[in-house]
Amino acid sequence: MMSNTQNMTTTNAAQAFITVGERTNVTGSAKFRKLIEAGDYGTALTVARNQVENGAQIIDVNMDEGLLDSEKAMTTFLNLIATEPDISCVPIMIDSSKWSVIEAGLKCVQGKSIVNSISLKEGEEPFLEHARKVLRYGAAVIVMAFDEQGQADAADRKVSICERAYKLLTEEVGFPPEDIIFDPNIFAVATGMEEHNGYGIAYIEAARRIREKMPLVHISGGVSNLSFAFRGNEPVRAAMHSVFLYHAIQAGMNMGIVNAGQLALYDDIDPGLRELSEDVVLNRREDATDRLLEAASKFKGEGGTKKVVADLSWREGTVEERLSHALVHGITEFIVEDTEEARQKVDKPIQVIEGPLMDGMNVVGDLFGAGKMFLPQVVKSARVMKQAVAHLQPYLEAEKKASGLEALPAAGKIVMATVKGDVHDIGKSIVGVVLQCNNYEVIDLGVMVPAAKILETAKKEKADMIGLSGLITPSLDEMCFVAAEMEREGFEIPLLIGGATTSRVHTAVKISPNYEKGQAIYVLDASRAVGVVSKLLSQTERSNYVGDVRTEYVKVREAHLRNEASKRRIKLRDARANKFAIDWEWYTPPKPSFLGVRSFSNYDLGELVPYIDWTPFFQTWELNGRYPAILKDNKVGAEAQKLFNYAQEMLKRMVSEKWMKASAVVGFWPANSVGDDIALFTDEGRTSKLATLHSLRQQIARDPSRKRAHTALSDFIAPKDTGLADCIGGFAVTTGLGEEEAIDSRIASTDDYSRIMLKALADRLAEAFAERMHERVRKELWGYSGAEIFTKEDLIAEKYRGIRPAPGYPAQPDHTEKATLWELMDVKENTGIALTESYAMWPGASVSGLYLSHPDSHYFGVGKVERDQVADYAARKGWTLEETERWLGPVLNYDPHAVRNAAA
Amino acid sequence: MKKSASARALEAAAAERILIIDGAMGTMIQRYKLDEADYRGERFKDWKQDVKGNNDLLVLTQPDIIEAIHGEYLAAGADLLETNTFNAQRISMADYGMEELSYEMNVAAATIARLAADKWTKKTPEKPRFVAGAVGPTNRTASISPDVNDPAFRNVDFDQLREAYKEQVRGLIEGGADIILIETIFDTLNAKAAGVATLEVFEEKGVELPIMISGTITDRSGRTLSGQTPEAFWYSMRHLRPFSIGLNCALGAELMRSYLAELAAHADTRVSAYPNAGLPNEMGEYEETPDDMACQIEPWAKDGILNIVGGCCGSTPDHIGHIAEHVKKYNPRKIPEIPPKLRLSGLEPFIYG
Repeated sequence: MMSNTQNMTTTNAAQAFITVGERTNVTGSAKFRKLIEAGDYGTALTVARNQVENGAQIIDVNMDEGLLDSEKAMTTFLNLIATEPDISCVPIMIDSSKWSVIEAGLKCVQGKSIVNSISLKEGEEPFLEHARKVLRYGAAVIVMAFDEQGQADAADRKVSICERAYKLLTEEVGFPPEDIIFDPNIFAVATGMEEHNGYGIAYIEAARRIREKMPLVHISGGVSNLSFAFRGNEPVRAAMHSVFLYHAIQAGMNMGIVNAGQLALYDDIDPGLRELSEDVVLNRREDATDRLLEAASKFKGEGGTKKVVADLSWREGTVEERLSHALVHGITEFIVEDTEEARQKVDKPIQVIEGPLMDGMNVVGDLFGAGKMFLPQVVKSARVMKQAVAHLQPYLEAEKKASGLEALPAAGKIVMATVKGDVHDIGKSIVGVVLQCNNYEVIDLGVMVPAAKILETAKKEKADMIGLSGLITPSLDEMCFVAAEMEREGFEIPLLIGGATTSRVHTAVKISPNYEKGQAIYVLDASRAVGVVSKLLSQTERSNYVGDVRTEYVKVREAHLRNEASKRRIKLRDARANKFAIDWEWYTPPKPSFLGVRSFSNYDLGELVPYIDWTPFFQTWELNGRYPAILKDNKVGAEAQKLFNYAQEMLKRMVSEKWMKASAVVGFWPANSVGDDIALFTDEGRTSKLATLHSLRQQIARDPSRKRAHTALSDFIAPKDTGLADCIGGFAVTTGLGEEEAIDSRIASTDDYSRIMLKALADRLAEAFAERMHERVRKELWGYSGAEIFTKEDLIAEKYRGIRPAPGYPAQPDHTEKATLWELMDVKENTGIALTESYAMWPGASVSGLYLSHPDSHYFGVGKVERDQVADYAARKGWTLEETERWLGPVLNYDPHAVRNAAA
Repeated sequence: MKKSASARALEAAAAERILIIDGAMGTMIQRYKLDEADYRGERFKDWKQDVKGNNDLLVLTQPDIIEAIHGEYLAAGADLLETNTFNAQRISMADYGMEELSYEMNVAAATIARLAADKWTKKTPEKPRFVAGAVGPTNRTASISPDVNDPAFRNVDFDQLREAYKEQVRGLIEGGADIILIETIFDTLNAKAAGVATLEVFEEKGVELPIMISGTITDRSGRTLSGQTPEAFWYSMRHLRPFSIGLNCALGAELMRSYLAELAAHADTRVSAYPNAGLPNEMGEYEETPDDMACQIEPWAKDGILNIVGGCCGSTPDHIGHIAEHVKKYNPRKIPEIPPKLRLSGLEPFIYG
């Protein structure tokens, strides 16, 4: 909080005493009552603010006045307090003798407040009901020492009522004892009635005993009652209050409803007055009342109290500083005189707005951005701004007339909307509030507004600009669409962009290019909106401002492109230094059951059927959803089921009638990694090299504080220098042999549906074959996970040990690596799968790849690679740079032509 | 009222380990790239206004998608599933003219989550799964005036909120929720209305479910949108004796830490956190990777300020899986004993003594 001064103590014995401000109580303050009756809530708020500034830690609000609609007054005043952060920073005491007023108040406070009060006056039932509700609304409670017999005046009865209430609250309601505050009734003393003389001491005595019996509870009281007899003699009243508190606090009273600004320090009271007051409060002499009455006139009007003055040192600054201070702190008290002073200093009234007032709002914006102000404060600042502008309005009008110009900067008109598909509008409403405070006309179209409606309204209303808001990600695209529509319809007015997911970069890169005729402008937050709007509406500033924004956005776009292109990769050398580290020391690589190549022909298709992952099958048919849930989908379920039934039928025939042949080849070779490559050897001696498999390494730039490796496939194979006898496997499977013949012989040439079905099923079978072979490799052929038992779902979720990455896929994007596999396993001969010139497999229903067995091996994406790696890779593959760039085209992180042209 | 068996199981699980709550629903729904027709489904094909973006409606029109997403989170290790009901009360539904569907949506959403959770409880009986009925903030605020000329004005009041929330909570309980989760609280007054509503429905139905509460610190001011500090917020909600108090949304893990620590220091109940997957980048995408997010959350577990953890906007089953993996080796935060004192709040906490 910026302006919170809760450091004032009230009495010298009262370090641990809670001061409750009492001035916002219509029964206790005639001034406040008149303000509320007159509906002058603005000034009434000042009363509340002064109390907090004077050290009240809680403020008591009471609207119990016969002629008032108390519930309404309570609601209105508490709602107003909620929008004043330097008041609502403290808890509220909701004070009424009517439960309905208390409940109305409880519905307005977000904090944990205190209810003042409930009692046993009407018996246990209403008491319990009210207590339960207080607990449910989340408040502490004051309980008056009041029962069916009436208010307790003697100490014994005060204590026994409080004990009874305590038992009911803690045992029946479950009220936390620390949230119970007893008010054992402070009655007026020195009234002239002898039986009243002991009221002060009775309270003090009761406070002591209650705190002894129920140590967690608190004791409060309305102190001003005590001195009721001395109305009109403030010095005497203040002295009585101070001495009473001095003694009551020692006895255990720890909360008091007092005028925080008017309490005298015990030691500061005139010693004579102090002694006379003490005699009365503590009932020390029979003639105490008479003596005090006699002396009272002597003290009347004297400074028995210290006057507390608000800190006005900020008034000493220059007018610009004062305006800024008033805006930042939301103080309206001097705004008119300061605005006037500023006006007299300049040529034109508009310069006050464009100068010191906007400067002040920019300070507000900075503080808000830095988290030093929060929203309700910003809204308050906007209200101060509004008053300043209102003061300038007549001068602006007069100047308009005098200069004979029609179109001096009139407040503009802004059409605002949350875009289609988005329902968030709190932020936009705040911007609207702030703009309205500055006399702009805001037409708020609400939420989920289609582009057409926004543009139509803007045209009809002749709006000066359009403001779009959105909070969720898809709204960004919708904003681009609105911008494009504005372009198409020939708009030229500015387009303001705001909302949580929007940004300057997005506005510059994505939105702005759609709207060349006008300008899209990003607005950071509500506090900036006024500055932007006023510049856009100022005839003198507009073209410069828009020009600046344009230039800036061009730069942002260029910077963004540069970032995308380069900044986000790291050097190959650094990536290698951060390779995926495996601790090889304690690792023993598993040994395959054979080395070399084994082929499987005419594999049983029926064995593969359970391994089919059906989800991609539906995707082939552009039905999105997971199998089996998709079969019950409301929208596509019926269609999916039909498709699935037909597929099952065809699949059954494919298997039983052997439409296609399935064949596979699997190989294992001794292997070790050498840098980013994997060397394969002819035999266990590992002396003569059989072939080299190449891998590519991740180069994406990441926050260095996060430990994530830059992985290449070679990281999963034991390096040569470990001396470990690691191995690697390879495979190629197909279920597409005979597919063409099957289509030709069994499916009518016009039956596209069945042809696609057959191909889709063949593809699924090929994937299933790869899955099945991988399982056999793990369990039997390589045999490192003999005991694994996985469900089909687990297989699809790839929960097993080891991976089978395929060349051309994310972990190794280079398709040409297949050529090495084909050579190693004589794939063409062993399975019938051929490679096309672009290294695609034929028939299409084929899968090939590597087998890696290390438990830490996992799938990953290499992502885009940088030129240094491409050059390195070219050297390893024995290719030219151009050749490499051609094969790696899709994963290049740069434009090879641009790089070459630049070099040339 | 007796504690239900599921409440006891939940307490037992929370005593034993850090519980995992699921991740974003919206992010996952986006992946399906649903269009207006998908949102409408057959039932609402002639609805009077556009409904695309009404994610809560999908429990009626695309229940399989919601179930599939729940399933993915459960597979990733979530102990707690949030029902897809963030906006499913009549105040928010008014934007789509779907006020009258609010109750039905909640019943359906809880039923879907219930089925998904039970399936996994059966599969992994040692790790029972729970359904948290999600009660969102609504799209209105009871503490801030939308009209500059009338700061006392409100476009929603406590009683309207309470009634809307009661309808929602009834639906959630009817559909089988184990927990009522009042979340993404940016205005504590709205949440207090939800609290009263929840207790009233409990009374009405003669049940008592655990209540979880999760507030939202909107920015670096360290306050809720309505201006409260985390500690002040806790004192405003403590009377509900919640199963947990915590924070979610708006911030990524990195920025959430200090506010969470503030709650952990003052709350004598469990502490929950489900941050966003970082802050959205300039293109509006959440790009914090599962591993990065998990690495930022792990120290919370290590430092003992965490009982329940998961993800909000931008998080995916992958994020949840990583988080679960990273926190599983740590004990849950011990609930501290906080000495009984009078603790009140306005925007700021006030403690006596």
